[in-house]
Amino acid sequence: MISAVFIAGLLFAIALTLFIQAIPAIKTFGFGFFVSKTWNTAAEQFGALPFLVGTLLTSFLALIISIPFSISISIFLGEYFKEGAASTFLRSAVEVLAGIPSVIYGLWGLFLLMPMVRIIETKLGVPPHGVGIFTSALILAIMVIPFSASIGREVITLVPSDLKEAAYSLGATRFEVLKNIIIPYARSGIIAGILLALGRAIGETMAVTMLIGNSNFLPTSIFSPANTMASVIANEFAEATGLVSSSLIYIALVLFLVTMLVNIIGNYVIQKISIEASKEVT
Amino acid sequence: MENSVLTVDTFSAFFGDHQVLKDVNLSVPKNVVAALMGPSGCGKTTLIRCVNRMHELLPDTKVAGKMFLNEKDIYTMEPIVLRRKVGMVFQKPNPFPTMSIYDNVIAGYKLNGIRHSREDFNNIVEQSLRSAALWDEVKDFLHRKGTFLSGGQQQRLCIARALAMNPEILLLDEPTSALDPKSTSQIEELFVELKKNVTMLLVTHNIGQAARVSDFTAFIYIGELIEYGPTEKMFTVPKDKRTEEYLTGKFG
Amino acid sequence: MKDHVRARLIKNYIFKGLVMLFAFISLLPLLLILYYITKNGISVINWDFLTQLPRPIGEAGGGVFNAIMGTIMLIVLSCVFSIPFGIAAGIYLAENREGKLSNIVRLCVVVLQGTPSIVIGIIAYAWIVAPLRTFSALSGGIALSIMMLPVIIKTTEETLKLIPYHLKEASLALGVPYYKTILKVVLPSGLNGILTGILLSVARITGETAPLLFTAFGNQFMNWNIFKPIDSLPYRIFYYAMSPYPEWHTFAWGASFILVVLTLAFNLIARGVSIKWKIQF
Repeated sequence: MISAVFIAGLLFAIALTLFIQAIPAIKTFGFGFFVSKTWNTAAEQFGALPFLVGTLLTSFLALIISIPFSISISIFLGEYFKEGAASTFLRSAVEVLAGIPSVIYGLWGLFLLMPMVRIIETKLGVPPHGVGIFTSALILAIMVIPFSASIGREVITLVPSDLKEAAYSLGATRFEVLKNIIIPYARSGIIAGILLALGRAIGETMAVTMLIGNSNFLPTSIFSPANTMASVIANEFAEATGLVSSSLIYIALVLFLVTMLVNIIGNYVIQKISIEASKEVT
Repeated sequence: MENSVLTVDTFSAFFGDHQVLKDVNLSVPKNVVAALMGPSGCGKTTLIRCVNRMHELLPDTKVAGKMFLNEKDIYTMEPIVLRRKVGMVFQKPNPFPTMSIYDNVIAGYKLNGIRHSREDFNNIVEQSLRSAALWDEVKDFLHRKGTFLSGGQQQRLCIARALAMNPEILLLDEPTSALDPKSTSQIEELFVELKKNVTMLLVTHNIGQAARVSDFTAFIYIGELIEYGPTEKMFTVPKDKRTEEYLTGKFG
Repeated sequence: MKDHVRARLIKNYIFKGLVMLFAFISLLPLLLILYYITKNGISVINWDFLTQLPRPIGEAGGGVFNAIMGTIMLIVLSCVFSIPFGIAAGIYLAENREGKLSNIVRLCVVVLQGTPSIVIGIIAYAWIVAPLRTFSALSGGIALSIMMLPVIIKTTEETLKLIPYHLKEASLALGVPYYKTILKVVLPSGLNGILTGILLSVARITGETAPLLFTAFGNQFMNWNIFKPIDSLPYRIFYYAMSPYPEWHTFAWGASFILVVLTLAFNLIARGVSIKWKIQF
């Protein structure tokens, strides 16, 4: 009982702390904070637009890159190979992928992805920074695949087998069953999985901090260096005081609220699906 | 037997090492209802699943012997071609919850990517729903999802879905076992009506149902076809002692 | 008609091929990461690397002893804070399946699980570092324990829910008081699940870096005082990776190797525990 209250209190205290500490920045900049693109420590002028754009660009780019892969894994494990050696192998590999610490993804990205992106950039004729939004999105895509894939697999296995049988009995091929029966049925769950992956991508810090190039200017292309909301906090908070620190906490508050919303919606959808599925069985 | 829609010739089926059907011989003439009855686990469901090769969806299954649909070898056809000619209705009503009633009826065409004009589809939907005695009940909300229908209505929707493909034979896998008595009798009446146009193979563990609707009855026991013949004859003078014991309720 | 069927079958096989192709391409990064870590990491690791302190740039040799010890200290600290509260909250949720408070707590667990680790770092900074005016191992431990809580609570709840009600009834019927029934009957039967949860959550936080940036901070020297800054493996990897010196980069790979082995070991042990200690009801 006490412990339960403690957990609820903990979350409340987190929100409250963020809010109180962000008050100076909120008072000074208000909601204009999110449309102003200057982040100038010397002039004490702070706007979060570059980081908002940076976060949105990296996260959505990462999602787009990851979707074909994560859906393929879901279908592979949820429909084509539910058991057997191939399935066990792929499933454990995905689990290991999920367990590798973020900082190691960052390290690997610095020494493998960055030179590769630099080559691409030289070929395209853009400034070869190597680091930037595109590189971060690549590493984020790899990092979120396990999340959306495991949720996707679960909802695909929840599709009642009598529906699949009915479709087969009408002469459908496996592809047609997947396209017309399984995917439409599992759609909301797959979307919820992608939403939760988005939540991870938005909040992911270390790998992005190491690969995004730490630039506080509004990004001009997907290859330019930038900062996300999380990475600017990681880069600047340790040395920040006064209004800088408060502004960074303001960003953290927004980050907290956005991920909270994404997680609540995603979990709500998944919970609803599994309740419906358990009703089907009985 | 001449002119038979379905011929089963010394047919056996295996799940792994376990033999589920042993050398079954059976022949179903046109425009009749043939019932397969027997205690649960005797292999009757396996037999009809072998007719449209649905057993191949399960791992580790094997068959021996032959089956013919209108004199064509079932096991040399592409499964997806075969299944279009063989309709199937399942134990539990299973309309597709993501589709409207209309789309459910033409699901076979939609799934198989067969195009027809809007008008043709309208005709198919109306005819199939009329044949399944459901048209009057649903004609006003064809474009709503079928999930609000009662169990019996849903099952008739599934029958319409199978009929829409003009199957050469209709497999019915205990189609009333999940329904209440009223819906059951409605559907049984429907079978008698449908017989004019389509041949049906009905799996049931309800002896009364076999007696009420079928022209021919097969009694299957532990994977073996014990007896097969006209229903009247089997129910009045069973040839085999086991059939008699089953019919009088000694086991099963 | 024939062509139509063949086209559909071809489409079917192409799709299956694509699914398999994409699924296995996603394994490529994993293989590459493991390959790089092993190739670059294993050559660095020797006895000195494990037992010596970092040396300033220009001096050969040295190791990451302080980081390894720091990571172990942080794990112990965060376990001390999170395990009692986590298990207690899990028990509460399993015992009170319905009810307003339970639903609120469940929602909080979901939110806590999804909260970015950097935000948790800020919280620990605001609560511990700022009042004490120093970075410290304690603040790092608090930050990590907040991250462990949701996993422990969830697994505890799930495990205890599976314990049949009659087991509890049997004990209550013998006149054993409620709290003793929980402690002596319910908890031991769910031990394997709870232990699995703890190990999984430890695996999760072992590699966490973001919340340590401004809590535990980092320390070139060995430190045993929990009120002083402390080093950790992930922080050391970050610090070395972002440095311009190639010798430090190889050290980062070496530390990564140790870290990956450590997290994988926790994951494997967790899985082993959940299989081996499974109690049948």
